Amino acid sequence: MIPVEHYVALSAILFTIGGVGFLVRRNVIVALMSIEVMLNAVNVALVAFNRLPTHNNAHTGQVFAFFIIAVAAASVAVGLAIVLSLFRIRRTVRSDEADLLKN
Amino acid sequence: MSAIGYVYFYACALFAVLGALGTVGAKNPIRGAMGLLLMILSIAGLFLALHAQFLAAIQLIVYAGAIVVLFLFVIMLLGPSASTPSDHRGRIPRLIGAGLFGATGLGAMALLVSSSPKSTIGPTGYPSPTGDFGSVDAFGRIIFSQGLVPFELSSALLMVAIVGAVAVARGRHKSDPAISGAATLEAENVPHAGQAPRTAGGITREAP
Repeated sequence: MIPVEHYVALSAILFTIGGVGFLVRRNVIVALMSIEVMLNAVNVALVAFNRLPTHNNAHTGQVFAFFIIAVAAASVAVGLAIVLSLFRIRRTVRSDEADLLKN
Repeated sequence: MSAIGYVYFYACALFAVLGALGTVGAKNPIRGAMGLLLMILSIAGLFLALHAQFLAAIQLIVYAGAIVVLFLFVIMLLGPSASTPSDHRGRIPRLIGAGLFGATGLGAMALLVSSSPKSTIGPTGYPSPTGDFGSVDAFGRIIFSQGLVPFELSSALLMVAIVGAVAVARGRHKSDPAISGAATLEAENVPHAGQAPRTAGGITREAP
């Protein structure tokens, strides 16, 4: 049985990769994908914590991960709709040119 | 059994990290979506090893089946303008912020690994879960008894998200009275009156 620390370490690595990608990349689509990477990292940690002996027959972590997946689906749908709307107005998907509220 | 478990875990973890790196670092968003798919499949494998069979199936259906396909659909809808050329404006503050974030995350991971109790690390591990832990049966029991209210609220959330996505992405169409009935096909591509081709980032964007 793999100790739960390994899963949490993997989760931290994935979350860091996603966060760095969200901060560095300017493409809005890639930024949304980075957010998905971060949400998946959180899911790994939650499901691994669910395997601790004190929670042997409870599904709390898995239920949390289930709701996170639902929220991720909703956020991707709305985010990609915003990307399409931005592209229709500005003809670009760069996040630094999305300054419609500036002027 | 233990060695096989370790090999399986490290293979899945390696593929997940490679997929995440591909997602973040790919120039072409299509390749980024493929990296995201690789990471999602690897994490579904990890869920299987963690006795979360239902979540593994949900991960495959919702993420690999819906979200990645939605990303690919939008990328192909945008065409070649989905991949943005790289430029170096404002690169230093971005790299400083990303470096701070990465150092914090990896430092937290190093603290976690160094402070974890060594006694639990070993082939003994945790007792195997009893019965149908993680199956659809047990999961559905929890969802429809203790988690009923958040479950119903999540359905409302998804409904609102669908309506919001349709309302945001629809834009102006030929049914809009502001656009005359002539040239309905071009009405979506040609900029509206008063919206000259914009100059953004030093590059003149012109409508096709």
